[in-house]
Amino acid sequence: MFFKLNPTTGQPLYLQLMQQIRHAAETGALQDGEQLPGIRTLAEELVVSPNTIAKAYSELEHDGILELRHGSGAFLTVRRRTRSLIDHVQVARRRLRDLIERLREEGLLDEEIRRAFEAELLYPAEIVGKR
Amino acid sequence: MTNTPVILTRDLTKSYASLKAVQGLNLSVEPNCITAFLGQNGAGKSTTIKMLLGMIRPSSGDGTVLGKRITDAGENREMRRKVAYVAENKPLYGYMSVEQTVRFASSFYPDWRTDVANRLLSQYKLPHRRKVKSLSKGMRTKLALLLAFARRPDLLILDEPSEGLDPVGIEHLLQTLVAQSAEGVSIFFSSHQIAEVERIADHVCILDNGRLLVNASLDRLRQSYRRIDLVFPFPPPEREFRIVGVEKIRINGNEMSVFASMNSEAVVERARNLKVVSVEVAPVGLRDIFLETVKEN
Repeated sequence: MFFKLNPTTGQPLYLQLMQQIRHAAETGALQDGEQLPGIRTLAEELVVSPNTIAKAYSELEHDGILELRHGSGAFLTVRRRTRSLIDHVQVARRRLRDLIERLREEGLLDEEIRRAFEAELLYPAEIVGKR
Repeated sequence: MTNTPVILTRDLTKSYASLKAVQGLNLSVEPNCITAFLGQNGAGKSTTIKMLLGMIRPSSGDGTVLGKRITDAGENREMRRKVAYVAENKPLYGYMSVEQTVRFASSFYPDWRTDVANRLLSQYKLPHRRKVKSLSKGMRTKLALLLAFARRPDLLILDEPSEGLDPVGIEHLLQTLVAQSAEGVSIFFSSHQIAEVERIADHVCILDNGRLLVNASLDRLRQSYRRIDLVFPFPPPEREFRIVGVEKIRINGNEMSVFASMNSEAVVERARNLKVVSVEVAPVGLRDIFLETVKEN
């Protein structure tokens, strides 16, 4: 599994790692029961603080996506609940794809669409509601 | 694992005649973390580190390192056994060979890690028989770092460890820091290499003119610092945006750029109430956080 963390995106590295592990589980790049590298190994490979890996693993364990076995590492657990989440994400992606296609047809450039998405994601819900 | 800070200072101050090198420093460094200490040349980083190690006496204030008071000679000696320090100028004996230097250093420390020393000797490609005085600056740095890493300290204090290293050397250094951290060593290091700090640090302290301006986790900085670019149908009223967290406002005609250390949502909300035409919110990298922070000061 290849992970790539970008220190300048304004998003904590542990969140980026969590998303990439989730994404790998969703796409099937990581299978149920598969073992992830140990904290130290992955920290040295990605050259990030071991706390970054530890935090991502423990949050994913809390979310029921990873099982941490003391001394033997982290294992992916794609349970039914996760599976239904995966289905939701796939449906959402299809809807997003349609939306983006429509926006393009209306003449928006990809860069403008990207900025609009980022802006919406960066504002908290209550502000969006007040508009 | 305890959460007692490995370094804790209270109003630590050092003055030289009329120059205040360090002013009222309240520093708290968490254990089992990689903490980076940033500042311009002359900001007071080395002076702070030397006070922490008991090498120079504070003019006022006090502090503890690993729970030992820095102004108490006896406690200081105890602390120095558990702290490995690599100074900016990397003092080594020039007449010794690399091999002799490693053997000499190992004789002082009961917890010496021969495996770590040997691994780093080959990773850093240090010539065993070469005399220290004929080593390049980068090689000297690597040797000094090796001596610190092999000691298995509780706390590593490094003053500009990447100085004089080439990109491959810096990558090796970062990997070793990460490996040491994984073994439970707390790390406090000063650096000018912001891109490297941004990759491995858990916490960042920014010192300027002897004052601590930022002391926060890098995750928090990443999540809260934003640059907000706004366009209004009229010249925007600056005072509407002077709220907590807004560090800087630039206005150019109908455009306004806000640099915020927090509260970016409130800035956007105010802009919306003022019928803003365009809003762009962008994250701010550590380099810009550093530059804006020291510029403001």
